[in-house]
Amino acid sequence: MVGIITFTLVYVGPGDPAAIIAGDEATPEILEAIREDLGFNRPFPVQMGDWFWKLLHGDLGTSYFSKREITELITPRLQPTLSLGFQVVVLSTLIGISTGMLAAWKAGSRLDRNLMILAVLGFATPGFWLAFLTIWVFAVNLGWFPVIGYKPIQDGLIPHLHSMFLPVMVNSILASAFISRITRSAMLEVLREDYIRTARAKGASEFSVFIRHAFRPSAIPVATVIGASIAGLATGFVLTETIFAIPGLGRMLVDSIVRRDYPIIQALLMVVATVLIAVNLIVDILYAYIDPRIRY
Amino acid sequence: MTKTSDLGSEWQLTPPLSTRLRGMLGATGKAAKRDIVLGMSISLLFLGLFLAVFAPTLARTDYERTDPVNRMLSPSTDHWFGTDNWGRDVFDRTIVGTRLSFLVGFSVTLISTIVGVAIALIISYFRILDAVMMRFVDGFLAFPTILLALALISLIGPSIGNVIIALSVTATAGKIRLVRGAVLSLRESTYVEAARAVGVPVPRILMLHVLPNIVSIIIVQATFTLASAILAEASLSFLGAGVPEYVPSWGNIIATGQGYIQVGFHISFFPGLFLTVTVLAVVLIGDSIRDHLDPKLRGRLRTTTQQ
Repeated sequence: MVGIITFTLVYVGPGDPAAIIAGDEATPEILEAIREDLGFNRPFPVQMGDWFWKLLHGDLGTSYFSKREITELITPRLQPTLSLGFQVVVLSTLIGISTGMLAAWKAGSRLDRNLMILAVLGFATPGFWLAFLTIWVFAVNLGWFPVIGYKPIQDGLIPHLHSMFLPVMVNSILASAFISRITRSAMLEVLREDYIRTARAKGASEFSVFIRHAFRPSAIPVATVIGASIAGLATGFVLTETIFAIPGLGRMLVDSIVRRDYPIIQALLMVVATVLIAVNLIVDILYAYIDPRIRY
Repeated sequence: MTKTSDLGSEWQLTPPLSTRLRGMLGATGKAAKRDIVLGMSISLLFLGLFLAVFAPTLARTDYERTDPVNRMLSPSTDHWFGTDNWGRDVFDRTIVGTRLSFLVGFSVTLISTIVGVAIALIISYFRILDAVMMRFVDGFLAFPTILLALALISLIGPSIGNVIIALSVTATAGKIRLVRGAVLSLRESTYVEAARAVGVPVPRILMLHVLPNIVSIIIVQATFTLASAILAEASLSFLGAGVPEYVPSWGNIIATGQGYIQVGFHISFFPGLFLTVTVLAVVLIGDSIRDHLDPKLRGRLRTTTQQ
């Protein structure tokens, strides 16, 4: 289904890629030759069937512009995005869950209120503007980090992490806002349960009540929201990779859209959708680990 | 029993939509007087609306006129937010940008809510249509909003109308899923069953018994759509895939400033601040409405504060 939408979407677009490839001075004969070459003159179902068949064999197609295999083009772009994604997911989960638990622990206090104000701010702040502010403060004025410039992991772990610090922080802070809010409300819900009162009554320490009795039952909505925040990250990466000039998949998508390189747009949308569906599946499987009563 | 009295008793069971909406508006107004955050958010939104409507008259310079002598000026009494790389007044461009943000935000919210609710109500009563439509919805929801909008716009070209269309398509899919879920659970409720038992036709059940009961969910969701549509428009324009370059938008003003971060911090700072404050106001209003209007959530809130 995802594939059909992706393909149809790109197919029905009015832009004629043949005209773009050929440039301004192309004659109708040249256009026709390009169409013939790339198979644009075949009927829609044939084109779509062909695309799916190749997709199943791991062939994402060929770029209109560089004439190279898209799988080949995507490979070097994977590392920056995956590295960014991994760091952001780990960091935002840590920040989100710990601040959420802290807020739930001190529910109703000033600390709780301030944390939740920050969480709402985190939701309302546009990532690209926050990125701009952090670049201005930490890179332009304080000079702690390069303004732009990505160092691959082959240059050493420390330079890599150093060059990724600002984008990782910006994305993590924004993603953790939502996780924190959900953690807090899920914890508060669980803390009202009878067995928490029992645990307290039998003299378990407040710490043990939180970590051992309350956290696990409240982890299900938290896992859901972490999964959902990964979908949000896909959007965030397109923006941050553009601002911080990180040569990842997000930049590739923006560049391809500017050049109307449809096979790449199709391929990237497919990759993103597949990753998100996989994430949903993983979250579903995690449910069974968190709550052994859930069986598939 | 005549037809009219029949109608009367049905209305008493579930008050019509207009009564509900009026009640909600009144409750929100009353809440705004007590709740300072909500009151401020609503005032900010009205200020934004005011700017959106009157921006071209309020602008003290021609926001499109370039003035190379006065380029990259820092904020001063002449240029409150400074000037950009073409010497255009950033304050004027920012308040004109308000117009675009509100136009896109409200259009997307209105279109996606009306279309989404209508489709959800219809498909909830036709099993086959429901199955087909929900596959489409799932397909659309598999993509992150901005990426899908980005791809759509790259195909249909950047213009204000196309931005609205692209964002509405993605927002509608989410609406359909949400409203359909609510309708399906209401369909099992006793009063809908009762209405069906006495022979009320389906469209009437939907309009009179189902719709008024999901309206609070729809309104809360609408505030969320408004906030995310304003953010999405700014993001798209920032990437250069939103409205055309010559239309001032918070997104493309920020993108301009991005290139001059060393010398022209003010260019990006102020439109970004406007954007953040607007979205914040809308989110806070949505949160308040949910807390005040949804009896179930209100109950939950009370128990949380008791703890």
